[in-house]
Amino acid sequence: MRSLRPQNETMADDRAGRESTLTGMHDHAMADLRFIRGTMERAGAFTAVPGWGGMAMGATALAAAAIASRQATSDAWLFTWLVEAAIAACIGGVTMARKARREQEQLWAGPGRKFAMAFLPALATGAVLTAALWQAGAMSLLPALWLLLYGTAVVAGGAFSVRIVPVLGACFWGFGAAALLAPGWKDAWLAAGFGAVHLVFGFLIARRHGG
Amino acid sequence: MDAKPHEFDRVIHERVRLGIVSALAANESLTFNELKKALDSTDGNLSVHARKLEDAGYIACTKTFEGRVPKTTYRLTGAGRRALQKYLDHMEALIHAMRAR
Repeated sequence: MRSLRPQNETMADDRAGRESTLTGMHDHAMADLRFIRGTMERAGAFTAVPGWGGMAMGATALAAAAIASRQATSDAWLFTWLVEAAIAACIGGVTMARKARREQEQLWAGPGRKFAMAFLPALATGAVLTAALWQAGAMSLLPALWLLLYGTAVVAGGAFSVRIVPVLGACFWGFGAAALLAPGWKDAWLAAGFGAVHLVFGFLIARRHGG
Repeated sequence: MDAKPHEFDRVIHERVRLGIVSALAANESLTFNELKKALDSTDGNLSVHARKLEDAGYIACTKTFEGRVPKTTYRLTGAGRRALQKYLDHMEALIHAMRAR
């Protein structure tokens, strides 16, 4: 049966229908892209943990252990390790940012943000407790505290990274626990933990996980 | 360019399957439980959709044992990666086409 509606009215209806379908498809495409991005961020691992940077941090920690062991006062010893912590943080930050840029990974979004949120609280705790133990004159506990909390930070952050990272954290934690048993070997524990462990795992991460 | 609905890859177009492929594109491999958590899916739903992707050759599945507990691991195949890329290209083309109007 032929429609009694004028032809131009039917054509306008068709055009409106096509527009509506295209708008729906556009919205669907946008929603799909958002879904893909969200899923990849939720499921993705933070892969910008720097291997070569870790090795550099290990090397500076070995040098710091050698220098700190020659210091006459405990304040000078603490100052040496605080300088080393600042140097290591700079090395870690710069090499991580470079690796993230190379891998087109964002440091403050998705897995990078989760890594940071898990990693940083233990470090902040370490800074506060370092000040408290220094004031209390209990500096012999500092090596164990640093290794335990750094290990905790790496294990927690490593939950959002490749599998070797939590193992690295567990090694720091192990050396920290051992340092509690023999606090007199403070620089040896710190050299083994921050030095040797960083060197070995840094090499493995660099070889297996892109630098 | 006019993108038409029938040009979508029907295997990948479904939401859970698109999620599986996207999650695997961001990881070398994922276990069944990791995928389930990432997609907030149920065992049955995930199994059914993973099987469809496996049948299409988009993902590969490996079954192993950890002690006595069975462990299923999935990874994206080359065909799956190409299918996701094509799907993304299609979506982007659609969005560009609409913006150009």
